[in-house]
Amino acid sequence: MVKDNNNNIDSTVLKSIVDQLKDLPGALLPILHAIQSEAGYIPDDSVPIIATALNLSRAEVHGVISFYHDFKTVPTGAHRVQICRAEACQSMGSRQLEAHAKRALAVEFGDTTADGRITLEAVYCLGNCACSPSVRIDDSIHGRVDQPSFDQLIAYIEAGEG
Amino acid sequence: MTVFYIPQDTTALALGADKVAEALLDAGGEQDQSIELVRNGSRGLFWLEPMLEVDTDRGRIAFGPVSAQDISCILDSLSTDPSSHPLYLGVVDEIPYLASQQRLTFARAGRGDPLSLENYIGLNGYQGLHNALQITHQQIVDQVRESGLRGRGGAAFPAGIKWQTVLDSPSDQKYIVCNADEGDSGTFADRLLMEADPYQLIEGITIAGLAVGATQGYIYLRSEYPLAHSLLNKAIAKARRAGYLGADIQGSGKTFNLEVRLGAGAYICGEETALLESLEGKRGVVRAKPPLPAVEGLFRKPTVVNNVLTLAAVCTVLEQGAEAYKEFGTGNSRGTLAIQLAGNIKRGGLIELAFGTTLREVVEDYGQGTYSGRPIRAIQVGGPLGAFMPESQWDTPLDYEAFTAVEAMLGHGGIVVFDDTVDMSEQAQFSMQFCAIESCGKCTPCRIGAVRGVEVIERIVANQDRDNNIILLRDLCDTMEYGSLCAMGGMTAYPVRSALDHFAEDFQRSGPDKAGDN
Repeated sequence: MVKDNNNNIDSTVLKSIVDQLKDLPGALLPILHAIQSEAGYIPDDSVPIIATALNLSRAEVHGVISFYHDFKTVPTGAHRVQICRAEACQSMGSRQLEAHAKRALAVEFGDTTADGRITLEAVYCLGNCACSPSVRIDDSIHGRVDQPSFDQLIAYIEAGEG
Repeated sequence: MTVFYIPQDTTALALGADKVAEALLDAGGEQDQSIELVRNGSRGLFWLEPMLEVDTDRGRIAFGPVSAQDISCILDSLSTDPSSHPLYLGVVDEIPYLASQQRLTFARAGRGDPLSLENYIGLNGYQGLHNALQITHQQIVDQVRESGLRGRGGAAFPAGIKWQTVLDSPSDQKYIVCNADEGDSGTFADRLLMEADPYQLIEGITIAGLAVGATQGYIYLRSEYPLAHSLLNKAIAKARRAGYLGADIQGSGKTFNLEVRLGAGAYICGEETALLESLEGKRGVVRAKPPLPAVEGLFRKPTVVNNVLTLAAVCTVLEQGAEAYKEFGTGNSRGTLAIQLAGNIKRGGLIELAFGTTLREVVEDYGQGTYSGRPIRAIQVGGPLGAFMPESQWDTPLDYEAFTAVEAMLGHGGIVVFDDTVDMSEQAQFSMQFCAIESCGKCTPCRIGAVRGVEVIERIVANQDRDNNIILLRDLCDTMEYGSLCAMGGMTAYPVRSALDHFAEDFQRSGPDKAGDN
């Protein structure tokens, strides 16, 4: 990630992302994904740059960012932990898992742990419904997660960083 | 040299397939055996994942579910008597769960490396495209119409009619959009296909392009599927290099380009018009129809929007012919259905069968009851907008019309099983809550009604003026059903009403009605 000390993405990097993608048909989502994968979120500074490049109003760009659950406007934790709340996972005890995760990490959905390592999120279906409950940690998906195995996964994240 | 297979599939990986692969390669080194490891797709027998397959004189045999610790013991058994190993499953194609299926779309799933084009072509891949290149636009559309293929994404609209409309709409540019925003809980067939057999989807989309005269296709994939994303991009690049995409496909002079676009975590974008808005770079807000997307779709141009499995099935239709495809199924539900057995189930997985099997047969014969071992209480079919079905309805055959007749929805064939610990008032409330979270906001009954629905159910459960609040809830369901543009608001009523109708006792748990308390 190219960030300065204030956790902001370098504006030349931002402009080059926008320039590379702006001519795609329907370029806005690809641009937002690219910025988020670079910076970890969509910084406010990027909105006017995107708006100018795509000939949109800033309100339109903001409207799109705020519509989609994936796009974040503030920095998130180093790791994203998502717990599936959809029906198949509920049938296998995800409500209890969700309560346990919130307790264990001392956060609510959408929040980041005090040490900045983990952002906990709700997700609705990871496509692993025959082996529920499912948890996604960054890009890896875990099945049949119970409370002890959840704790193990979290310990593994923390050890990986320690 | 012995060839081993361990799937690279989201579910197999979620259950530790990578660790098994690592253990196998380590053990291979130690025992100085020459091991070739193929990372195949999954067969969809998810309760057996990670499933290890081995090529032998008897054919491909399997072990599962395998963990890393089992590897050395399995390797030992191979040189003596594999069938003596407790995880031995026999010859893969003879495993009853698989052998009893009628696999057309999923026939190749799990047979080899999903990215091997040679493997795909060796297993009759690109035969459908080859045939499509020999005939006219109209003849391709005729084949699809005659096959009786209906949209597999849930709405079950006849694919041939949609294609005909796009073919008949003159335009300088037309599009094929593949809806791979498989957001419904209890569904994973699209994902499985994209991860196990991505070329089939690419072929189907290309055939659709040839049929209607479109030169550009998009796969709108949900961001919750990172593995499918990476596999599809690699497969598209390989197909292009091999002349199956791009200009002059296989020397035919025809052009078709394909690109994957990622969604951003919005359930509503599985609705076709919201999906088109999203692809255009806008908020995923539902459009009023008409105009139909087939007439004015992506960037206001004629567009075929079909689900992953619909487009994949087109390969079978063009390869084997409409008549062969139509032989499967019953009534107006022709071909095969990818049944996805999920939730609290002992043997969950992908079951491809001709339409007409009963729900009970699937859940009891294939599924073998619940994972928890407790009795089944409710089954939700067709995703979060499908009805909860009580035992009295489990003999309904899996057929679009038969489900509609009992006010349920077959949809895409996703089945979520709940045991007797489920509280159906909680599930009804969740249905409303999910609608409130995921509503695009366009229609007031959906946007506001879902929020009110959560509150009304809370009052019912708390026994505040229960009888009147139940009347209010039913009235709200009607308002949402008749006052919303799309299925999100329109069908949230189905699970809620079915919970009220068939599981009324769950709304009465806090004692007798105390009307007027609030």
